[in-house]
Amino acid sequence: MKDMVLLGDEAFALGTLHAGLSAGFGYPGTPSTEIMEYLIDNYERNRANDANTPVAQWCSNEKTALEAALGVSFAGRRAVVTMKHVGLNVAADPFMNAALCGIKGGLIIAVADDPSMHSSQGEQDSRFYADFAMVPCFEPTTQQEAYEMAFEAFDVSEKYHVPVIMRFVTRLSHSRAVIHADESKIRPQNKLEKADRKEWMLLPALARKNYERMIAKQDELVAYTTASKRNPLVLNPKRKDLAIVTGGLGRNYFLENLEDYKAFCEKKFPGLGIPSTLHIGTLPLPLDSLKKLAETAETILVIEEGQPFLEKQLRGVLPQNTKVVGKFTGLLPRAGELNPDLVRKALGLEPNKTALSETAGIADFCANLPGRPPQLCNGCPHIDSYTSLNNAVAALVEKAGKDNVTVNADIGCYALGGAAPLNAAESIVCMGASIGMARGASQAGVKYTFGVIGDSTFLHSGITNLVDCVATKTPVTVVLLDNTIVAMTGCQPTMLPSSQFEPLIKGLGVEPEHIRVLATNPANREANTKVLIEEAEYRGVSVVIMVRECLEAFRIRNKKAKK
Amino acid sequence: MTYDILLAGVGGQGVLSLAAIIAESAMAEDLKVRQSEVHGMSQRGGGVQAHLRLSDSTIASDLIPSGKADMILSMEPLESLRYLNWLKPEGVVVTAAEPFVNIGNYPEAETVYATIKKLPKSSIVKTAELAKEAGNIKTENMVLIGAALKYLPLKKETIEKSVHARFAVKDPKLVDINMKALELGANA
Repeated sequence: MKDMVLLGDEAFALGTLHAGLSAGFGYPGTPSTEIMEYLIDNYERNRANDANTPVAQWCSNEKTALEAALGVSFAGRRAVVTMKHVGLNVAADPFMNAALCGIKGGLIIAVADDPSMHSSQGEQDSRFYADFAMVPCFEPTTQQEAYEMAFEAFDVSEKYHVPVIMRFVTRLSHSRAVIHADESKIRPQNKLEKADRKEWMLLPALARKNYERMIAKQDELVAYTTASKRNPLVLNPKRKDLAIVTGGLGRNYFLENLEDYKAFCEKKFPGLGIPSTLHIGTLPLPLDSLKKLAETAETILVIEEGQPFLEKQLRGVLPQNTKVVGKFTGLLPRAGELNPDLVRKALGLEPNKTALSETAGIADFCANLPGRPPQLCNGCPHIDSYTSLNNAVAALVEKAGKDNVTVNADIGCYALGGAAPLNAAESIVCMGASIGMARGASQAGVKYTFGVIGDSTFLHSGITNLVDCVATKTPVTVVLLDNTIVAMTGCQPTMLPSSQFEPLIKGLGVEPEHIRVLATNPANREANTKVLIEEAEYRGVSVVIMVRECLEAFRIRNKKAKK
Repeated sequence: MTYDILLAGVGGQGVLSLAAIIAESAMAEDLKVRQSEVHGMSQRGGGVQAHLRLSDSTIASDLIPSGKADMILSMEPLESLRYLNWLKPEGVVVTAAEPFVNIGNYPEAETVYATIKKLPKSSIVKTAELAKEAGNIKTENMVLIGAALKYLPLKKETIEKSVHARFAVKDPKLVDINMKALELGANA
């Protein structure tokens, strides 16, 4: 097969296809989205000619996606499910319990973390979830590894009957390089063969046995990761002062500085070479390797991408006289992603000279450049919706005071309306929280509460909150921003068409006269403000659906129609 | 040989297609390539950067270390200044001249140009003007690649082939316009 240039996400997707995938499911979320996009593209292009093409479908949320994948594994076939790090919180229930099931067809949970929060509300590290559920975790550092690890992860999943996490981070997910795929290693899909029901019914009596079995598997898993080529140990007994453990992209940044570091060591410790190294590319921790490392050196420097997961674990498993340094000790920053410069500093190397440091007369100007944060596109329908809402809010605040009006918003492009110049939101927490928080604020005594939520986020996690509002007749005004697409992640289709929202919401029990469907555009701004005020005054649940197609979606659909 | 390029611009300006053409050309010349890009929320109308690394040996990091970029290639002058910490002391800035003003406190364009010109090597290219001359305002990024040619460790023919291949499948008419844009940039 010809070598290809692929994103880390795409390389992994190709790996799953070549490793005998039967089905992929997911919910869009930066930086994981391109895995499913690659699989869906393959599905759409080939399904007509080949009934065996692996199914690939978006789902309402990460929980439903993981549950669908569990059904595939139960049927004996290989499945992958994709999400961003915070998506695993949504899917945590099936995830934690899947660890207790006797996984039949290989199951990979591909989770993309976003250290530095390029497009996220947090930077949680999915390795903690792997440890929590006691399941293996693979962490590719190159696009080629992302491809190859798909095979290894399915093998481990089927051999030890456990789900496996494939942990990505933004810089690998969204970085391109050449991939070499060996066609002779492409595998067929598994045949249909159901799992043993005893291993999948987590009734207490059975679940207890499964949990014991999971605990018993840990030694085997540690033996696997200790022998794995993904966890290479290079001992140098001559250096007794220091050893280095790398995790994830930490290794890349260590290698980037290696030439300079070798020279640095030669100067400081002539003839002794660089410290022993251990890279950890798959978990659970390879305990024997760590023990050997600790026997060699007094101090262990941990360079890992993400939260100080390895560092924390090492403190528990190493002899107490071994010093561990890294993010907890301030040698590397606790927050934000790593980069070659931070690792360079931690290794004790001097910073490089730069055009900024060496050019006279530019430092002041360059230090004070105005920022250019992301913003809503010119002509975005959300600008009109928020303008109407802001005017309604201003009128209500004037009437009832600022503590009697709340605007709780949600996750999506429209979160950008929370920033200047619109400053339209007061909270953005997690998928679906807008409606739940508006309900709670109302119960707390706030007179006018708005929950602002997008069409896809509503289907993801908003419906259940709306049911709570209806059941308790809580005065809440839900503002459903329907731009007909999942815009922020690159225009994936919303699970239901716009026409379905009104009957769905009516079916949940919202009074039909308080479901208002409005066209949101500059001409209607004033009229829409009036409707929002009217519905805010209503002492029950109302839903104002503000509809206009996303510009980007319009452009993409037009392009497709022309073809 | 290693050649690191930091590409800059504002989301939507076509920074990624700029990177793609250089990356394709580098691969055609048997160089290894790694390219880190920005997707998702951070690309909506905000400042964006892409790290493009070309080398004849293994590239360890997707990100360029500070002080190691050989070139900053920018679709927007103010954005070109945001990343000088990545540029080698003797590195070059090649940037489009036209400011993209979607913020209230954009500085005087002349101050921005003057700062760029203080660098040892820089080139401010009137990409919009030249793109119009080539026949399509959308070819600004091609003009910019043209202007970068004399610094890049790639043959002009290789880049031309990449551009040709990219547009021949879309619309043959676009090939000529883009070739002209490339040429105008090269002579700018």
